[in-house]
Amino acid sequence: MNFPSFNLLSQAILSGIFMGGLYGLIGLGLGLTWGLLRQINLSHFGLVFVSAYLSYHMATVWHIDPLLTLLILPPVFFLFGVGMQAVMSRFVISPFNSLLVTFGLTVIMESAIQFIWTADFRRLETHYNDQKFTLGSLFIPVPELITLVLAIVLSFSVWAAMRYTDLGKAMRAMAEDGPIAVAFGINEKYISRVLAGFCAAMAAVAGVCLALTFTLTPSQIFSWVGVVFAAVMLGGLGSPLGPLFAGILIGVSEAVTMVVTAPSWAPIVSFSLLIVMLLLRPGKF
Amino acid sequence: MNKTVVGILLSGGLLALVPWLGLPAFYESFLYLICHWMILALSWNILSGYSGYFSFGHGAFFGIGMYTSAGLAANLNWPFLWTLPVAALLAALFGMLLGSVVFRVKSVRGELFALLTLAVTFIVGTVVLNTRIDGGPGIYLNAVPVPALGPTPSASIFLMALAGAVITLLLAYYVHASKLGVGLFAIHDDEDVAEVLGVPTFSYKIMAFGISCALAGLAGGIHALFVSYVTAGEVFTITVPLTVVLMSVLGGTRHWAGPVVGSVVITCLMYFFTAGNNPVLGKAAVGVILVIVILFLPNGILWYFVNRRKSVLSTKPAHISVPSVSPFISHGEKAEEVQVISRVTNLQGEPKVLLEVKNLSKAFKGVQALSDVSLQVNRGEILGLLGPNGSGKSTFINVVSGHYPVTGGQILLEGRQLDGLQAHQIAQAGVARTYQIPRPFAHLTVLQNVSLVAMFGANALSQEQATQEAYEWLAFANLRDKADVLPDELNLHQRKFLELARALAGRPRLVLLDEVLSGLTPSEINEAIELIRKIRDRGATIVFVEHVMRAVMALADRVAVLNHGKLLAVGPAQEVMKNSEVVSAYLGGTHV
Repeated sequence: MNFPSFNLLSQAILSGIFMGGLYGLIGLGLGLTWGLLRQINLSHFGLVFVSAYLSYHMATVWHIDPLLTLLILPPVFFLFGVGMQAVMSRFVISPFNSLLVTFGLTVIMESAIQFIWTADFRRLETHYNDQKFTLGSLFIPVPELITLVLAIVLSFSVWAAMRYTDLGKAMRAMAEDGPIAVAFGINEKYISRVLAGFCAAMAAVAGVCLALTFTLTPSQIFSWVGVVFAAVMLGGLGSPLGPLFAGILIGVSEAVTMVVTAPSWAPIVSFSLLIVMLLLRPGKF
Repeated sequence: MNKTVVGILLSGGLLALVPWLGLPAFYESFLYLICHWMILALSWNILSGYSGYFSFGHGAFFGIGMYTSAGLAANLNWPFLWTLPVAALLAALFGMLLGSVVFRVKSVRGELFALLTLAVTFIVGTVVLNTRIDGGPGIYLNAVPVPALGPTPSASIFLMALAGAVITLLLAYYVHASKLGVGLFAIHDDEDVAEVLGVPTFSYKIMAFGISCALAGLAGGIHALFVSYVTAGEVFTITVPLTVVLMSVLGGTRHWAGPVVGSVVITCLMYFFTAGNNPVLGKAAVGVILVIVILFLPNGILWYFVNRRKSVLSTKPAHISVPSVSPFISHGEKAEEVQVISRVTNLQGEPKVLLEVKNLSKAFKGVQALSDVSLQVNRGEILGLLGPNGSGKSTFINVVSGHYPVTGGQILLEGRQLDGLQAHQIAQAGVARTYQIPRPFAHLTVLQNVSLVAMFGANALSQEQATQEAYEWLAFANLRDKADVLPDELNLHQRKFLELARALAGRPRLVLLDEVLSGLTPSEINEAIELIRKIRDRGATIVFVEHVMRAVMALADRVAVLNHGKLLAVGPAQEVMKNSEVVSAYLGGTHV
């Protein structure tokens, strides 16, 4: 163990917060489908990567500003999500079978990515990478900041929408007790399609952020599953703000572990935390 | 030996000849992979498929076995075969230790259990990577001598995995057919009910976890030698548990051999598609096949074919080896005579009081559901438990049957202390209960629902005896012709009677009935009243909660009235109903 300087520690905490923003952003859509539609949608990770590669492609080949792809990709992904839900709802799928079906979908997406962009590492180089500024002694990268701001804005908007709009209330009622909600006039089909579409759109946003901040390779899809699952479950299934807060908690704990001990110890804090939470206050999930 | 066991041993023996056929080594490694995945998928299914606790921790148990064998063989120079039992043992110990912590927390079920076991995998992986167990560079087994079981090293490794697969198959089959398996399937459907009916859920889950982990550890140990280089980054991932879950679900988790089908299919698919000229397309094809199979055969391939065969069979008029009703009834009546006699003889020497409740209290976070209730139930009597909604009647049943622990006071059954015991111990002591809303085990047939209780109840019958006993009680409850259907197909009235048959099959001394009559039509109520009388005549003592006053008046020797958790009055029904406190509790008092 080594004790880092104050500056190094605060920089680590900051980067943990940025990392947590991305965890929260990926977890947002995953947690909503899990909690509200009772689907464990592994293909969410596949969609995130497809979106990341598409924005990489648009930026490097067609020279579109990555932030502009935020206007193009989410609507397209929304339609895809609606279509997927329309197919899925024709079958009776238990949560675990949904995990397997979407695993199959993810494998298909992974193969497609590998077919089009190969298994090589891809890095989206934009002018955002060069824009960095300092706050006091802290170094703040712009792409990470964009990610965090998007995560916060989206999470809070979803939270407000779930709480104050009729559609949001209908979604919560449906999650609580589907058949009863339907009996009181809620259009389950419509709402679940909108929700699935929205979650796919969230995956698109997360994908753009991923492309801005990370080097891409198709085999990395599954390396995100463990930690984002942890963030989603720690934050509470179906909760719009939970994944963000839990994600930041995990990100910071990882980053601090990394500077205090070694990077390879990073997973232990977050996952121990998760286990302790599961065992001590399981009622909260 | 039965046919299945012979079949497993025979096919294992035949496959063991493969190395001597002179085929290219490729076939041995391919068969090795099938055996390897078969062990992992079958072992996963013993815990997760049977009991419904989906584990994502198979990577950890598998990895513990792998590192144990690798470390012992490569670093400490143990003979390789000696490392395998240690690998299995360590993995099992780890699993049981984990289980003894996790299974104490009631709400860690379903996806929470899956997540927890996944988190454990990453933690074990991180610890292994950062300590001397791995140390970073991993462990090489190139120098470890392969035990010479076959003509070549690759043949020897295949033979080890084959032996492991045969052991695993036998275990999976044996557990499935045993009392342990029956208990696990009950846990899968409704763990609380299983516990109340006498299944020792905690120790059963631990046992299943131990067996499952031991086999995964064994597979890991052998695999260490197969890959000959062990590294944490490849072992403690989500890939192993995902593949294993996939194989089991694809094959069918409710059949003991389901994972065999799944592991063979997926290993072949992975191989044939990814080994071709276009591995990327092959991978996509695997994905497509997965999606299609799971969408169209959600219960698994094997389940689909077995059930199709069954439905073809059941269209044939002749039903196989089901005993006719009449001998059972006569047998049952004989048993009844014997019981009545023994009851009479027993009555002379034994005390009159069967159940004694002293100053019983139960509080839920400040809500006093029962306070200071003292009550005696006499042997052979029918006691009606009355009171307005929320007065604590159901809580009384839940506490006496052990579903909730007591907050204060004592419960004695023939002088034996029941409070503080676990629910299954109370059931085995001779207390049975029914649920107001019937809670049958949805995936077990009506017959299995009842025979399970005969196996786990006070008498602890063998499986065959329990089935006989179950047929009797089904005949008793007029459900004899429904024995082979799933509870889904019963109507409410039949489900309530199933609850009764299930409670009685353990031959309890005390039966707690929670509103068996609610929701029944007047004629069904008459039928039920007759049935309850017959139950008492068979020697059981009955406490029943009921709102149907006609039934209370017809059945109860005495009634006890609860209000706001307090006992208002006990005594003969006519008397109690005139009690002014009771009247005001039901109709509202005059507020002067």
